[in-house]
Amino acid sequence: HLLVSLCLSPPSYSNQTTSSTPPSSPPSSPSPSCYSPVHVLLLPMSPPLELDYIGLSAAAGGRPDDDLKGTELRLGLPGCESPDRRPVAATTTLDLLPAKGAKRGFSDEVVPPAPVSAAGKDKDASGDEKDKKVAAPPQPAAKAQVVGWPPVRSYRKSTMATTTNQLKSSKEDSDTKQGQEFLYVKVSMDGAPYLRKVDLKTYKNYKGMVVGLGKMFIGFRTGKDGEYVMTYEDKDGDWMLVGDVPWEMFTESCRRIRVMKSSDVIGLGVTRAGVKSKNKN
Amino acid sequence: MPYFPDEVVEHILGFVSSHRDRDAASLVCHVWYRIEGLTRRSVFISNCYAVRPERVHARFPCLRSLTVKGKPRFADFNLVPAGWGASAEPWVDACARACPGLEELRLKRMVVTDGCLNHLAHSFPNLRSLVLVSCEGFSTDGLATIATNCRFLKELDLQGSQVEFRGRHWLSCFPKPSTSLESLNFACLDGAVSANALESLVARSPNLKSLRLNRAVPTAVLAKILTSAPKLVDLGTGLVAQSNNAGALPSLYSAIQQCTSLNSLSGFWDSPRWITPIIHYICKNLTCLNLSYAPMFRTVDLIGTIHQCQNLQHLWVLDHIGDAGLKVVASSCLELQELRIFPANANVLASTGVTEEGLVAVSSGCRKLNSMLYSCSRMTNSALITVAKNCSRITSFRLHICLHGSVDAVTGQPLDEGFGAIVRSCKGLRRLSMSGLLTDSVFLYIGMYAERLETLSVAFAGDSDDGMIYVLNGCKNLRKLEIRNCPFGNTALLAGTHRYEAMRSLWMSSCDITLGGCRSLAAAMPGLNVEVISQADGGANDAKKVEKLYVYRTLAGPRDDAPGFVSIL
Repeated sequence: HLLVSLCLSPPSYSNQTTSSTPPSSPPSSPSPSCYSPVHVLLLPMSPPLELDYIGLSAAAGGRPDDDLKGTELRLGLPGCESPDRRPVAATTTLDLLPAKGAKRGFSDEVVPPAPVSAAGKDKDASGDEKDKKVAAPPQPAAKAQVVGWPPVRSYRKSTMATTTNQLKSSKEDSDTKQGQEFLYVKVSMDGAPYLRKVDLKTYKNYKGMVVGLGKMFIGFRTGKDGEYVMTYEDKDGDWMLVGDVPWEMFTESCRRIRVMKSSDVIGLGVTRAGVKSKNKN
Repeated sequence: MPYFPDEVVEHILGFVSSHRDRDAASLVCHVWYRIEGLTRRSVFISNCYAVRPERVHARFPCLRSLTVKGKPRFADFNLVPAGWGASAEPWVDACARACPGLEELRLKRMVVTDGCLNHLAHSFPNLRSLVLVSCEGFSTDGLATIATNCRFLKELDLQGSQVEFRGRHWLSCFPKPSTSLESLNFACLDGAVSANALESLVARSPNLKSLRLNRAVPTAVLAKILTSAPKLVDLGTGLVAQSNNAGALPSLYSAIQQCTSLNSLSGFWDSPRWITPIIHYICKNLTCLNLSYAPMFRTVDLIGTIHQCQNLQHLWVLDHIGDAGLKVVASSCLELQELRIFPANANVLASTGVTEEGLVAVSSGCRKLNSMLYSCSRMTNSALITVAKNCSRITSFRLHICLHGSVDAVTGQPLDEGFGAIVRSCKGLRRLSMSGLLTDSVFLYIGMYAERLETLSVAFAGDSDDGMIYVLNGCKNLRKLEIRNCPFGNTALLAGTHRYEAMRSLWMSSCDITLGGCRSLAAAMPGLNVEVISQADGGANDAKKVEKLYVYRTLAGPRDDAPGFVSIL
């Protein structure tokens, strides 16, 4: 009840001078049991310096010293009075001055020895970060999935689930293709009203494939030989120019083929010279 | 005041548009109450059960625009069982009788049936705007009736709603020879769409500024649409990917270059990575970009795109963007006001998306940030303290660490200090959603410093009743308190007995309250509806734990449409 009434008038905290009673067992591990209600009740008993809320809020207006105080949220956090914590806390907050650059601020932090063994002294920022991330304190044991956590709207969940399924099923398709005796891929040609399916395993090299495809689309080639560019979609979904990689690698990664008119390719930023040199190869 | 004729007061109040200002004006004196009530054209009802529709119409006979919200927000995360309520029917009924001149209707998280839409369509010939956010219960047949009968419709927005697919014909039902459509959003629609109908609709809608397609619209159709509507300002693409129509992509590329007014882009369902260069054509003008439904875009694609969007103000992406991507955002998008990072895979317990580094980077670079939703795999107090210093203008801060109860990733401490710094520095903070390991201390900070806080969402936090008590005693402007899985019991619940009437609602699920505590609250405050939602049969004795509690103030008394699993105490 005492606590409730105190909360109603926060400014009165700063007028209280009382003896501070350190908690009986300084917490040394991050387990939640350290933060029991007993510690919370000790809050109003702390020395006024730390509880000078009014002074601290004025500090938000910007002198560096006050900023320091402002970042030092040692406002009666249960357990902060214990000696082994205090120096750590001080260095923590010291390094957060904006002058050092916010990006580096927290990576310069001296890591308290208890939770993390390795890091701390190393001043190299990236090394620090790597060490910290590797030697991070163990999180609470992995909890079972709970309903509605993380909070993602069910609409988003169902949309992403559909996409993930499609991704998975397309990956599975291409994976199962590898081990089989045929490798059918769709081939589309600009200007042709329909696509064809072709078994890449029937060809031994690029030349064979080009000749074979030429025969397949013989009625639809409205332009001359030099006016087509052959592209393919690989496993990652990227559109690549046919011919760059060895044939075997090509058959393994090709998912579909598109024969484009070179005029379209030019529109996408490739110069005429670029097209011609590719076609000569 | 008595010297002013009513017409003068009426004229002056005509300039006051915000509903909060109008609420305040209506409290000045009886004369102002009456005049304000007679002249208010836009009414916002934040809880459909807080007041009877008839009463709204009696007080505001001239209303032309009505916004009603239904279910509690945690319904979005499947915490509210189906059939709970929030039917739009009583509202549409009352409106049809009292206010046939209705022009705008906006519903959020409500159940809207086809019958209701039919009623709407036939009752409001002047309807200009129908917005159904996260609603459910209707089908494409209902949309067809709206399209057919509301001849002056300017805006039809189905954002996030669940619509049952019963055919493609609805798009053809819009008026001919031309429509007044300015905004059409059917991105959430499952099911095919008639390409011809869509193309013809766009061609006969000269005022169309905002169009959001669903994923069934193929690239070729999108290209045609853009060619016939180059003045579009906001576009939600359909399925932009390779198609059998080999000429589709090049036409899309050339069409999008003509859209010089386009400043808002979304969609990209299932789009493969190589699509991103399309966006580059309009990067310079983009102010809103939503790529949060494109899980195939990798960090490098996102970086390449975002780096060119120097005018971006709103960015929604998946956590694929990574810390590296966020650093690019920080250096390129200096005008950014709102950032939302969503988890790419919500079912994975520990994702590897973004960390505290990205958050700090963005806060240092994007000084105009005022709204953040950040889904990450880890966080530290010092990062939050830095963010608090850099972005003191934040009004909405939502942090979701994917593993609930996560500690500071570096020190192993709870995240109290970090959130404490946020509420202390961000004096204008109105909305806060927290995660990670949090003790009662963070609630003490919130109670002390978060003076402007209106919405607080808490999960898996606190140690004892004190936490909730601090908040109830401290945050004078609190309107919505949503709590799940916290160790708050009856003492905490009852500590706020006299606060709840000043708030819109309280939600508590998986806490330590019992039926006895809820009954005490209901007995003490007849102006509140204390709803206990439980699906397990069990005794009705006072010691029984209450799984879900929803408390809200109301002038309407206990609602009469409560299903069996809801008991109103």
